[in-house]
Amino acid sequence: MEGNRMQLDLTVNGQARSVQVFPMARLLDVLREELDLPGTKEGCGEGECGACSVIMDGSLVNSCLVPAVQAQGAELLTIEGLARNGELSGLQRAFVACNGAQCGFCTPGMVLASEDLLRRCAQPSEPEIREGLAGNICRCTGYVKIVDAVQAAAAGRERP
Amino acid sequence: MRGDVPECTVQVPATLREALETLAREPGRWRPLAGGTDLMVPFAAGRLADSHFLSLQRLDALRAIEPDDAGITFGALVTYTDLRRHPYVQRHLPNLVQSAKVTGAVAIQNRGTLGGNLVNGSPAADSPPSLLAYGAQVELTGLGGARWVPYEAFHTGYKRTVLAPDELLTRIRVPQPAAGFHFYRKVGTRAAQAVSKVCLALYAQVEAGSVRECRIGLGSVAPVPLRARSAEAVLRGQPLDALPLAGARAALMADISPIDDIRSTARYRRMVAGNVLVQALMEFVTSMNGCG
Repeated sequence: MEGNRMQLDLTVNGQARSVQVFPMARLLDVLREELDLPGTKEGCGEGECGACSVIMDGSLVNSCLVPAVQAQGAELLTIEGLARNGELSGLQRAFVACNGAQCGFCTPGMVLASEDLLRRCAQPSEPEIREGLAGNICRCTGYVKIVDAVQAAAAGRERP
Repeated sequence: MRGDVPECTVQVPATLREALETLAREPGRWRPLAGGTDLMVPFAAGRLADSHFLSLQRLDALRAIEPDDAGITFGALVTYTDLRRHPYVQRHLPNLVQSAKVTGAVAIQNRGTLGGNLVNGSPAADSPPSLLAYGAQVELTGLGGARWVPYEAFHTGYKRTVLAPDELLTRIRVPQPAAGFHFYRKVGTRAAQAVSKVCLALYAQVEAGSVRECRIGLGSVAPVPLRARSAEAVLRGQPLDALPLAGARAALMADISPIDDIRSTARYRRMVAGNVLVQALMEFVTSMNGCG
């Protein structure tokens, strides 16, 4: 790999993908620029804000901190992978119905962090929700409506 | 993204031996890369001088967690998530669970590794105070073999360690503490994600109403994570019903050498380190009285 691109083989949102990338490229840039999946956002680029959160091999990660080389063979879920046949997932519908988004920039990361939490803990308490989302920062709405959305989704409802 | 991505070379060794051979061939050239949560930040900002990286992702042997009768051994690639979920750690090493919980948030805990946290050498890291309070040791491995070093002797100065350029930190050993009191507190700007202003871990044991053992680890109050040896000496052997709180606090001031930086001031850190120590000791006394 001396100063050269590598072939990166991934499964992204259920589809096998192969791209030529530099090994130290950030997974975030690979997703947005090479795989044409710009739903994942760059906020701080330092692992502080969570806007770039994706689920990699079943674990929530900050894609700005993952070098491409470490995503070799990985299975990824991004915000583009949650809807099925044009239908939003229950969690996404709950975010919409509970007004869990304002400018929307943090939302892909918030939704993926919530998805990760609900997979680990189907009925989280409010402190568990706040801990699960502690690495995701929203600068518009505050967090109450986002917490409402996660609680609603966990209860199988859309509305708070 | 200002890091020079195309100029970088990455090796992904399949075995520890292969990794060590690469390090030994060109000592100092290859920067070991574990979970990336520390290194990717300065790298992306163009503030990292390294262009050759040794990605340790395939060294699965370093992900092992091995408890035994006398303690537990962690591979260097064990993540904070692994740590906080492990039943042995939850049962015997509560300070380490607390350290893992306050390191970043979920996404950082899933990727950040214990070994990386130590080698990165930040005086503000969250796990070192707990490892110091528990008397941990670290295994440093080169082609010639492995050596165990008390973790307390690992850091030699700001971001400097005893790790040789041809060595990797491979394992961390924590002896099982006898029944006792455990305390951990990180003071930062907010509960999640923040880098600490002051961090203190304490482990203490009582025998016949007196302090038998007391170990205090501190972060963010000196160029390195350190033991509060003077404060410990003041406390050891003292009766629990007359613990010298003021004396311990005064001794702590001699142990630490905080500075003003972007996160806090030396004055605040001195004040809060002292307050947190007194809080720890008061909780210690209360918990031991509660146990009869």
